[in-house]
Amino acid sequence: MDGRVEASPVGPARVEDAPSEAPRDISGLVRELRGVVGDEWVYTAEHQLRTYESDGLLQYHATPACAVLPGTAEEVQAIVRSCAREQVAWVARGAGSGLSGGALPIENGVLIVLTRMKRILEIDLDNGRVCVEPGVTNANVSAAVGPGFFYPPDPSSQIVCSIGGNVAENSGGAHCFKYGFTTNYVTGLELVLADGTMMVIGGYELDPPGYDLLGAFVGSEGTLGVATKIWLRVVPSPETVKTLVAFFDSTHAAGEAVSRIVQGGVVPGAIEMMDARTIEASEQMAHAGYPVGRAAALLVELDGSVQECEARFDEVVGICEQCGSDDVRVARDEAERALFWKTRKAAFPAMGRISPNYFVQDGVIPRTKLPEVLERIEQLGEEYGLIVANVFHAGDGNLHPLVCYDGRVEGEAQKAEELSGLILDACLDAGGSITGEHGVGVDKKKHMPKMFAEEDLDAFQRLRCAFDPAGLANPGKVMPTPRLCGEVPGPYRVHPLEAAGLAERF
Amino acid sequence: MQEAARLLKGFEKPVRPVGGATKPWLPAREEEPLETGGLDRVLEHNVGDFTAVLEAGVPFADAQKAFAEHGQRLAWDPPDPGGATIGGIVASADSGPLRHRYGGVRDLVVGINVVLSDGTIAKAGGKVIKNVAGYDLAKLFAGSMGTLGLIAAVSVRLHPLPDQTATVVIEHTNPDHLLEEVLKLARRPLEADKFDVVWTGGHGRILMEFSGASALDQAGQVGNVRDVDWDDVRGMQRGEVVIKVSGRPTDLPKVIRAADDHGGTVVSRAALGLSWIALQNAEGVAGIRAALGPRNCVVLDGVSEAAEPAPGQEVMERLKARFDPARIFRPGVYVGGI
Repeated sequence: MDGRVEASPVGPARVEDAPSEAPRDISGLVRELRGVVGDEWVYTAEHQLRTYESDGLLQYHATPACAVLPGTAEEVQAIVRSCAREQVAWVARGAGSGLSGGALPIENGVLIVLTRMKRILEIDLDNGRVCVEPGVTNANVSAAVGPGFFYPPDPSSQIVCSIGGNVAENSGGAHCFKYGFTTNYVTGLELVLADGTMMVIGGYELDPPGYDLLGAFVGSEGTLGVATKIWLRVVPSPETVKTLVAFFDSTHAAGEAVSRIVQGGVVPGAIEMMDARTIEASEQMAHAGYPVGRAAALLVELDGSVQECEARFDEVVGICEQCGSDDVRVARDEAERALFWKTRKAAFPAMGRISPNYFVQDGVIPRTKLPEVLERIEQLGEEYGLIVANVFHAGDGNLHPLVCYDGRVEGEAQKAEELSGLILDACLDAGGSITGEHGVGVDKKKHMPKMFAEEDLDAFQRLRCAFDPAGLANPGKVMPTPRLCGEVPGPYRVHPLEAAGLAERF
Repeated sequence: MQEAARLLKGFEKPVRPVGGATKPWLPAREEEPLETGGLDRVLEHNVGDFTAVLEAGVPFADAQKAFAEHGQRLAWDPPDPGGATIGGIVASADSGPLRHRYGGVRDLVVGINVVLSDGTIAKAGGKVIKNVAGYDLAKLFAGSMGTLGLIAAVSVRLHPLPDQTATVVIEHTNPDHLLEEVLKLARRPLEADKFDVVWTGGHGRILMEFSGASALDQAGQVGNVRDVDWDDVRGMQRGEVVIKVSGRPTDLPKVIRAADDHGGTVVSRAALGLSWIALQNAEGVAGIRAALGPRNCVVLDGVSEAAEPAPGQEVMERLKARFDPARIFRPGVYVGGI
């Protein structure tokens, strides 16, 4: 996930893509929910619901029948149980900063807002764990265990985005090339399944017996249930951090530097690239003294032991220079480092200064395909007469092309959207993916069949049905077309061989 | 893969996928072996991208050798007597000391192809190292012990092969003092590749391996650098009877004492809280379980016992029913009799 899209697109409201429930009277259910959480935590008035009609992706909006704000896991369970009984679909929502419409409400459904559940329940640094409620913000986890420890996944929206949302989306961030994603840090979950069952999988310890339900749940975009308690692994903060920004005359040269840095055996904490348009926009906002007009900026950060960083940093500077950079700036102190990062993280909001509206994409490509894919994107931009700014996590090949357009010009939003789709096609042609960290949600589900065959989607559905056979948890997301679960193939029978029962032998 | 799909469709007898057959303790019942030896191709090694696509039957050692020629490695190091296959390692989620830094088997698998019992060939993930499109079936199949379907191929993330490594050894004979030092080390911002404790016959050693350009310097800050045979260390995860303890780092003295009481040895991923206790025979199993409860103690070898359901059992049963509708993939052997 990245920053909130602040330039509000005024393109066509495509609510037809938004999942909806057939309108029916659920006032009885709403009354019941008021009983569960208290009157003041159930919103039904239009002005109250407006806050929740979209997530970070503003072009989709839908109005739920009500928004419920539970304060405890038991309340969440009671809400879900009531919805199950009434067969009313629901969506769980954290901070609402997601960029794929994953937390888009269901028209006439129930929205469960978890922002009140923001307690840090336990910190156990000897065992490198914290246990938190889903509404805790990403940044607050690191704050709670710092400065000695930190929580590595760091989406750009980390100040607002919640851990529950991170779990749903398997959030990454700038440092995940070295440190991994949310899924690599979740060691336990307390879940409420769509039938109202509560269960705990994992916890402080690794490798609970049985299938890796944690691995299946993290990144499932709210479609398998809702997490009410989350155990996370935290790690010691690196001894030192060294950061540089190098400017290049072409994105090609910067891409070459990335390849050579990584192939040299260095695993940097982060490598981020911005193109000319992004540099220009970000500079207007962050005033870091970046040279507007240069074709590419590469931000490289090494962290770890002092010896290793010292040894590697000179190597990285050398590579940047060999690849044609005549302007390598090394952060002299924490303030300068913060400024480098502020400039990078300003990329999305800053774009609002050079374009009234934009769509942000989240494609992934094998890193070596960077030059040809960038060329293709450039070409597409020219064909469509639209500006495409590029900012990306270069280490792991995760591109965030920003397709700029003016929503006041008739037809331009559609054109921009079409172009966005073609960019994803280019990523897929290169052997990549339609989403690296924003998720499929409602926004990219139409692209799923390009990446996955019918058999693959069917296998996904098997997983979904095992958790939520009734299809009440965040329906209409991820999968390109609505599917029902159908009967489980044959009732579960005790196999004759089970008499001997040899489980737990692995 | 198509051949496997044709074979499985309509098959009624129980089957067990077999790779290198390096885990002889797995209960062999009346199951037809489904040999993965024919799936032996390295489909892709994308050197510049640090990724590879491997068929399930590729011997792990062969793949590793091929990667090493390009200065890369797949950062798995499970005990391998020779012949362990990629598919077998994924199916058993078998890990070694490198797990300290690189995570478990599942953490390096970025895509998977499976064949299900109704003949469906399905894939999930992809071959890029960052990807959140669709459900993460690779994680579901990692450690599923061949009970959901046949793992036919996986895409993996690779890492640079370090040109230098250095291992520090710190000796202890008191489990409590040993833990104190482990916790002190675990809190330091050291970027060790491996961080194990081994305990045999009243004598313990902390082992930390560092890698990279400054491996020796980093190790020197922690203690004395010594030669350590890591094959011996990971070999301690095997034995006549082995119990894998899913614990916390702070459980270590208890784990050591439980092992000592029954004449066992311990190897522990010290910062992860995972330990393997190897015993001469099954006599100590019940006592060790009683001593370490409520931590999960899973017997890897040599003992049969009643099936116990695990948290999430119902969901797991539904997963089994959906993914293996014919119920032919090793029925009855998994947790709770799945």
